[in-house]
Amino acid sequence: MSWLNKLLPPKIKRDSRADKPSAVPEGLWSKCPACEAVLYYTDLESNLQVCPKCNHHHPLNARQRLDVLLDDEGRREIGAEVKPVDILKFKDGKRYPDRLAAAQSSTGEDDALVVMQGSIHSMPAVVAAFEFRFIGGSMGSVVGERFVRGVQAAIEAKAPFICVAASGGARMQEGLNSLMQMAKTSAALQLLTDHQLPFISVLTDPTMGGVSASFAFLGDVVIGEPGALIGFAGPRVIEQTVRETLPEGFQRSEFLLEKGAIDMIVDRRELKRKIAELVSILQKQAAVA
Amino acid sequence: MKPTFLDFEQPIAELENKIEELRFVQDDSVLDISEEIARLQKKSLELTKTLYAKLSPSQISQVARHPQRPYTLDYLRSIFTDFEELHGDRSFADDPAIVGGLARFNGQSVMVIGHQKGRDTKEKIYRNFGMPRPEGYRKALRLMKLAEKFGIPIMTFVDTPGAYPGIGAEERGQSEAIGRNLYEMARLRVPIICTIIGEGGSGGALAIAVGDQVNMLQYSTYSVISPEGCASILWKTAERASEAAEALGITANRLKTLGLIDRVVTEPVGGAHRDHAQMMNAMKRMLQEQLKDFANRPIEVLLKERFERLMSYGRYKEDAA
Repeated sequence: MSWLNKLLPPKIKRDSRADKPSAVPEGLWSKCPACEAVLYYTDLESNLQVCPKCNHHHPLNARQRLDVLLDDEGRREIGAEVKPVDILKFKDGKRYPDRLAAAQSSTGEDDALVVMQGSIHSMPAVVAAFEFRFIGGSMGSVVGERFVRGVQAAIEAKAPFICVAASGGARMQEGLNSLMQMAKTSAALQLLTDHQLPFISVLTDPTMGGVSASFAFLGDVVIGEPGALIGFAGPRVIEQTVRETLPEGFQRSEFLLEKGAIDMIVDRRELKRKIAELVSILQKQAAVA
Repeated sequence: MKPTFLDFEQPIAELENKIEELRFVQDDSVLDISEEIARLQKKSLELTKTLYAKLSPSQISQVARHPQRPYTLDYLRSIFTDFEELHGDRSFADDPAIVGGLARFNGQSVMVIGHQKGRDTKEKIYRNFGMPRPEGYRKALRLMKLAEKFGIPIMTFVDTPGAYPGIGAEERGQSEAIGRNLYEMARLRVPIICTIIGEGGSGGALAIAVGDQVNMLQYSTYSVISPEGCASILWKTAERASEAAEALGITANRLKTLGLIDRVVTEPVGGAHRDHAQMMNAMKRMLQEQLKDFANRPIEVLLKERFERLMSYGRYKEDAA
């Protein structure tokens, strides 16, 4: 290990980019895929993974996401005890349990959703964040159950529920059980309505399929991250179906805003404050300090 | 109507052809071959029974998409009266891939909503192969809200390859339209009886299939993704669809075992398309019984059970924290 590596805070080593073969020393430098600027990793990190040159929003993993949104103190994870099982003895190229194990060891998570109770600018909140690196952030039984437990925790704490989506859709390996998670998560939002608690839905790159077509657009306020791909069907499927070239910027946040599908696009560096502000107005509370 | 045979039904097709030929000969023959015809007919029936007794999931998915399978409007015409079709989502258009409207069932007012496929090429295109756009789901929701307002029970018939993946559908919020239905149907204050009659294609099917009772015809399918789609993602080729169909667990019996649907509706020998009348009778008897059952239960109880069922979906293990 070089002296430079030893200097780096441990968070950096967990980054997925570091796993990929690269011409530059491990995890130190990163090239922005949008503007091709070579960025010093610490700069990127301190800028919440937003490119300082072109504002391209690089992906965040679930825990990084929670770090961006939640205050440091007073956190409690919800639903961590819920773990995946192989219902169908599903096997494609790989057995589902092997796929799960591989995803678990590469991400350090048990499944594709991490739910955390805590506070946002000192206001209580429950935040659920998708882990896209875990089988494409796909929604299976565990994601659905943790989502519901998050909603219940929000109700107990009389707090808003915030979900940050990053998912390719339903988890095929769980068959129809995964489809039913769409119904389950969407129905659970009725409980928040009963208690007049806000649901803020943040859609990040990418939010597709079964996640997009369930709770994602049911937010009292729906926020898109800049440039995120958001839609029901994937662009390739659509292209094959309609045999047309898709318009420029199709299914991107900016496109959705123009079509009236989302309320606003918020820069990641403003997101925490923006959510706090929205929630406090909805709950008729004083402005965030 | 001359039956269309699927590839795995070829042995039956051959027998049926033979019977047909003999019938033709019989007309101007001095010999009485009616006995022979009867024998072959019996054999054909036996063969159909044996073949259908052990259909693989991918064969069942072929039957579910059979071009002569009864569609929503066939049920509407046979077992309902006074159907008043209602059109449009009031914001953009009418979507012919979903039909719906008021009707009477044994004299009782009901709201019927279902996917609709087409029989011939022209109608197939008109119905967009039963693949709804957002306005279809919004029309469905509008009709469900109308039913709720007047306390009229809802019956849905599900038969779609999936929601339409098109440019316009995305622009008009396909995702939101489906999600909104899931949310609203969870709490709609009238009984909802859903029956999968053919293809239950993913979110596009689920968007009208949340209710108090989910029935599935014996040879219908219900899946998170089409076997072809699944195979092309996981095996990078749609040709392995039969393996995918097996792995996904898409058939009525399997889903009943998994506790994801409530009831399997037996089809006539050789599938619903072989005997529409018999299928209609079976459907009518079942809906009658279920409607009566729901009419006797307070709506609060139904809603509680519907919600609890929704929350119970999914299998996971729980570690001591």
